[in-house]
Amino acid sequence: MPKVEINSVTCKACELCVSNCPKDVLALGSTSNPSGYHFAVVVNQDACIACKMCAVICPDGAIEIYK
Amino acid sequence: MEKIYSRTKGLQAPFTGGFCPGCFHGVISKSVAEVLEEMDLLDRAVCVIGVGCCCICSRYFDFDKMNAPHGRAPAVATGLKHGAPKDTVVFTYQGDGDLASIGIAEIMYAANRGENITIVFVNNSTYGMTGGQMAPTTLIGQKATTSPYGRNVAEHGYPMHMCEVLNQLGAPVFIERVSCDSPAGVLKAKKALQKGFQNQLDGKGFSFIELMSSCPTNWGMTPLESVAFMREHTLKEFEVKNFRDR
Ligand SMILES: Cc1ncc(C[n+]2csc(CCOP(=O)(O)OP(=O)(O)O)c2C)c(N)n1
Ligand code: SF4
Ligand code: SF4
Ligand code: SF4
Repeated sequence: MPKVEINSVTCKACELCVSNCPKDVLALGSTSNPSGYHFAVVVNQDACIACKMCAVICPDGAIEIYK
Repeated sequence: MEKIYSRTKGLQAPFTGGFCPGCFHGVISKSVAEVLEEMDLLDRAVCVIGVGCCCICSRYFDFDKMNAPHGRAPAVATGLKHGAPKDTVVFTYQGDGDLASIGIAEIMYAANRGENITIVFVNNSTYGMTGGQMAPTTLIGQKATTSPYGRNVAEHGYPMHMCEVLNQLGAPVFIERVSCDSPAGVLKAKKALQKGFQNQLDGKGFSFIELMSSCPTNWGMTPLESVAFMREHTLKEFEVKNFRDR
């Protein structure tokens, strides 16, 4: 099963990954990182199809994907 | 388990700070670095960085780079290309204020000479770094700190379309406008960048890639609102298309 890893320290909570995921795998979380951003979190890993769209659009290169 | 997407070696290790949240400078600089890595050019590429938020790229890029005075990147890149070892890939990374305003002479003449360099032009229709003044590319009606009622044609003229302007010249070999507002757009943008670098390796001449971008901070929008604005307004004024591929 694919695995999405988000760098919680460098994520800036821009939501671009959330809005471009075709399977609603991601969401903004409720805890903030040291820079004050409510970093993105994986909420539905089972639905992930490893399409990489979230990682391609992430402006901060904060997403890595395993399959 | 196999890693199928990792942060490119063309970028420095992850850090906090840098571009504002959701700024497409982030997507574009990352895509440039990815393409250079994919083409195995990281150890022979030099980026001449303009002035503006593009300067922040020096904190991201992990390959050779230098800064040019405002607008002069195509002139600096020309000198560098002529003086550097033959296999050096030289490209500029410039904003619209930098390239289309203060640097209009340098870009026109580098293009007209058909210099064998690649231009990465990031158009966010504003002066981002200095706080959102009107740029040559600001849309009609779009507000800026220097046009609080919006760009007005009678007073400020029309937005400048640099691909179309350069497409009047004889020498350029590749001119394309792309947009990074979606993952599909980013993948297309990477193809155009790859073509731009390949033309240089093949000694073909001047390649120009305009990448439509946003400035959530100075547009006064969230990143998602700025994407919606781009689709509704910016991409209607600036048509995404290939103008030339020789
Ligand atoms: C010779 C000179 N004039 C003016 C400036 C001030 N200045 C810094 S950045 C900038 C505009 C940058 O706008 P743009 O190229 O659109 O880049 P962005 O920040 O939007 O990415 C200006 C006018 C300067 N640094 N040097
Ligand atoms: S890889 Fe595709 S499906 Fe999985 S989280 Fe990213 S965008 Fe969603
Ligand atoms: S796209 Fe990147 S920076 Fe933006 S919310 Fe997602 S992981 Fe964070
Ligand atoms: S000021 Fe605008 S262009 Fe500059 S980093 Fe912030 S959002 Fe991007």
